[in-house]
Amino acid sequence: MKVLLSWLKEFIPDLDRDPEEIGEKLSALGLAVESMEVVGSELSGVVVGKVLDLRPHPNAERIQLVDVDLGNGEATQICCGAFNMHIGDVIPVATVGSILPDGMEIAQRKLRGEVSNGMCCSASEIGLGDDSDGIMILSENDPDREWDIGGSVSDTLGLESDILWDLEVNANRPDAMSVSGVARDLAASLGLFFEFPMDRTENPKAILEAGIQIEIEDPTLCGRFLVCVMKGINVAPSPQWLQNRLIHLGMRPINNVVDISNYVMLELGQPNHTYDLNKIKGSRLGTRRAKAGERLLTLDDAERTLSEIDGVIVDGDDNPVGIAGIMGGASSEISESTTDIIIEVAWWDPPSISRSVKNLNLMSEASMRFRRGADYGTNMERALNRVVELLSETCEPEISKLLEAKGNLPDTSPVGVSNQRVNGLLGTSLTSEEMMDLLQSIGFESQELISEEEDENSSPNSFKVNVPSWRWDTQTETDLAEEIARTFGYERIDRTIPRGPFTGQLSRFQKGRRTVRQILIGAGCDETMPMPFLAPGDLENAGLSSTAISISNPLVQEESLLRTSLMPGQLKIISYNQSHRIKKLKFFEIGHVYLPSDGGPPLPDEREYLSISIAEGDAAEIVAILDLLSLTMAFPNTQLKQQEIDGLHPGRSAQVFVAGQNRGAVGEVDPRVLRNYGIDGSVAWLELDLGSILTGSFGKKKYKSVSKYPSSDIDLAFEVPVDTSSASIAGCLRKAGGTYLKEIGLFDSYKADAVSEGFRSLAYSLRFQSDEGTLTDTEVSELRAACITEVEKKTNAKLRE
Amino acid sequence: MSDLENLANEAEEASFAASTLENLEQVQAQFLGKKSKLVLAKKALGTLPAEDRANAGKEINEIKGQIEQLISSRKAALQESEWSSKFNKERMDLTERLGPIDRGHLHLITQARDELEDVFIGMGYSVVEGPEVETAWYNFEALNIPDWHPARGNFDTIFVDLGEPEEVMLRSHTSPVQIRTMESQEPPIYIVAPGRTFRTDSADATHLPAFNQIEGLVIDKGITMGDLAGTIDSFVHAFFGEEVKSRLRPSYFPFTEPSAEFDISRSDGSWLELGGCGMVHPNVLRNCNIDPEVWQGFAFGFGIDRLVSMRYQLDDIRELVVNDARFLRQF
Repeated sequence: MKVLLSWLKEFIPDLDRDPEEIGEKLSALGLAVESMEVVGSELSGVVVGKVLDLRPHPNAERIQLVDVDLGNGEATQICCGAFNMHIGDVIPVATVGSILPDGMEIAQRKLRGEVSNGMCCSASEIGLGDDSDGIMILSENDPDREWDIGGSVSDTLGLESDILWDLEVNANRPDAMSVSGVARDLAASLGLFFEFPMDRTENPKAILEAGIQIEIEDPTLCGRFLVCVMKGINVAPSPQWLQNRLIHLGMRPINNVVDISNYVMLELGQPNHTYDLNKIKGSRLGTRRAKAGERLLTLDDAERTLSEIDGVIVDGDDNPVGIAGIMGGASSEISESTTDIIIEVAWWDPPSISRSVKNLNLMSEASMRFRRGADYGTNMERALNRVVELLSETCEPEISKLLEAKGNLPDTSPVGVSNQRVNGLLGTSLTSEEMMDLLQSIGFESQELISEEEDENSSPNSFKVNVPSWRWDTQTETDLAEEIARTFGYERIDRTIPRGPFTGQLSRFQKGRRTVRQILIGAGCDETMPMPFLAPGDLENAGLSSTAISISNPLVQEESLLRTSLMPGQLKIISYNQSHRIKKLKFFEIGHVYLPSDGGPPLPDEREYLSISIAEGDAAEIVAILDLLSLTMAFPNTQLKQQEIDGLHPGRSAQVFVAGQNRGAVGEVDPRVLRNYGIDGSVAWLELDLGSILTGSFGKKKYKSVSKYPSSDIDLAFEVPVDTSSASIAGCLRKAGGTYLKEIGLFDSYKADAVSEGFRSLAYSLRFQSDEGTLTDTEVSELRAACITEVEKKTNAKLRE
Repeated sequence: MSDLENLANEAEEASFAASTLENLEQVQAQFLGKKSKLVLAKKALGTLPAEDRANAGKEINEIKGQIEQLISSRKAALQESEWSSKFNKERMDLTERLGPIDRGHLHLITQARDELEDVFIGMGYSVVEGPEVETAWYNFEALNIPDWHPARGNFDTIFVDLGEPEEVMLRSHTSPVQIRTMESQEPPIYIVAPGRTFRTDSADATHLPAFNQIEGLVIDKGITMGDLAGTIDSFVHAFFGEEVKSRLRPSYFPFTEPSAEFDISRSDGSWLELGGCGMVHPNVLRNCNIDPEVWQGFAFGFGIDRLVSMRYQLDDIRELVVNDARFLRQF
């Protein structure tokens, strides 16, 4: 919502504060100032010019030559980049030597060989609104006006220096969607007198019979419906001062009827609508819910199909002529030939309008106010009278009495407030009188309760408050506590710190996850955090099932699916980095995946996965990192089961089992997948269901005493069939070595001519040690023999002599 | 006894002539060894007349002492010179750098999130998490945002194709975690809920459709708005520094009342909006079966990505999701 200082002053006659201070006050009231600017400052040297001729620039396509009359009847040539004017148009021209509000100095220039003696200006260039789309055509809305060619644009447009604030208005402040509502709050916080100046004007005499009927068919939809008929209207441009204000507040002037309707909405927060009386059939306006499939061409020239969610205003034939609270229909729109009008001011049920806005996906200045809850009180009459008053200034119409139909209005019974509860919520120690004064300042009348009334919570109320009609949102004691806090000033509340009974700490899972991160950065992996969206085809390209949950309203197709694996995202990151010639890529990610769940609750089976990827890395490298993780974190019983896995190299992939549960996969990414993602070389890959692992048992480390006796080392090499795993050989060795086998390590693996076809050589070093005494040579030999026997008995491996 | 006197001179010459420790050992054997003249002379003492023995023995011992002294000092000199030549050979230019050992880097979001969590843990809060895909109940209704509420539009929700239309969505704030906690836990409650949140914002220099928030919730007896302001202030000092101030400004959220935005002071005297907060709305407490006549509380929340973006003055917030290694490795 934008407000002008001059407009605020009409409601607060004594407002003489510094604009900066006013801005701070507004922010402190919850009307956050998004911007503040000085508008309408003196435009010396910007004059009214008349377009005499338009010619193409001989050397530039995007520039045309404009001859303007600047008052001396002669043609002054200007080069101009806009093409929206016609010969005869009256436009603002910044003459040579003038300085525009943004500081631009106008000089005589040559553009591609042609002289330019000034600049044709857009509305925003002369500081009137935001419209920078083309040159401002002063004569557009008022072709018949006698223009003072060569005269000052400031004088012609009546521009005066003013301050414009753009305020952010929250959804609970319907009243602040108007200049008067902002003024009321501001006056209260500054302790200044506030008034509605239009209330001092006498209403024009109603001499006309309205001659129409009004009716509310659905009383929950429409709470009040006021109309007035005016005849003898002359549709013409609005007065310039009114146009200027509309432009400053971001609206486009059209004609006096439409402009005044908008002006009153901005001023009093009361959306209103004008109909061409002669286009309303059956001399009747009614309100009802729309019928499913009912159609209406709205003012924005769009055909709308309505449903029972929407409300409509209908004519005597029961045909819609407007969508309740949102937008009028095209059929009864004001046109140049309109002479007789109906002015309507209504109050619509906020939830109904809100649902309708969503249903039709149609937002308007009116609906923005109605859905928050417009004023249902005498401000409606004030607004209607204000429209009549302003229109009467531009022509001399005949006016009818106001007609009113009533539906259901919000409950207006007073709200009880407990002084003790409000202070208990805010941490203040205000007296009831102080609270009542604060509320009074923004129009909430209250009465102190002498005999304490008990409410349903048996907490005694101190006073009762009548909520004003412009605060539909305010219904409870807590709502009023907020108003008290706001007008008291949040900054004046004493700051305290609650001391809870707890010792703050991370959960076991969260600690574990932090440790995993620390281990991985120690292992040289950089943490990545891509967004969890996938494009169609990403999963298939990774060799994975395409089944994934889709987004109903994706911004772009590339972000229309929820990931079921971290792999596509990681491969994209590797591909991106490789394309920027970055080497040594070792990444990890911890993030959610969203697996479609079978039946049950509607939510997906959401899991927290860990992935590690090493570009140019091999399976051994990634298994080493898995071992590092598993040992440091003490994951119970981590086992690999070599098998083919979707997306991975069929000969270099294994499932990872932790505590007997399948918790992920390790290996290298299938080279065909890498090709799909444009990745060179190999990518070693690990993906674990970290969430499940860390919510299970882990981290249990048990003390074992360190033997004091000497140890003996032996090496054993076996010829092992390629389909027999090293894990199974090591298992045999462990079994045979028993408690004496303290360490075991694979130190060599090779295929060579010396090894039989279909076999490889695996060499292990073993360290034996007893906790009871020094092992004798004989004992070590026996252990060695037992190891060999166990391996040869259980597998097809043979000792290499 | 001039033989023996010469011996000392010979030993001096020989030890100076020894250029290595091995040579010196030979010299030592020659002059002090079992077959050295000195040892032989000592053995021959018995053959001397008794009255000469004492003097002769004394002389031998003196000379032996001299020679030992000679050799030991020569040894020290030779050792010194051997070390020095070894050191010369081993000299390295330590400015010939091969670059640091590769280490990994935590993502900036993780770093900030951990730091924020730690501040609140220090204040007695625990950290809770919840699902990123949520139902309308947790994301809106329980938070006092009925379906017609204008505020729903402000959340720019990303819906997913599960259940009824607009029933399941990517959470637009981490507030659903507050609801889940209040449903499952008896007050008092002191928690923070960090995590990923989603809006239909097109990615640009200052917006991402997936970003991170942290929210706090306190439910206890007698919690006031003064407690909220004090807690925010205490957090701001701990995270941004003692000199940074905080302020609350009236605002509106359906799930809190009174509601506020909170700002922090900048060194140039201006204020920067950081997040939203307020006293938990009684309807929210009732929705979680907590009696608002007994329990009161406050909630607050703000964006982690924006915080990171401010702290490191990122010129484009998309850096946080592109995962360019040259970016990740800076921190």
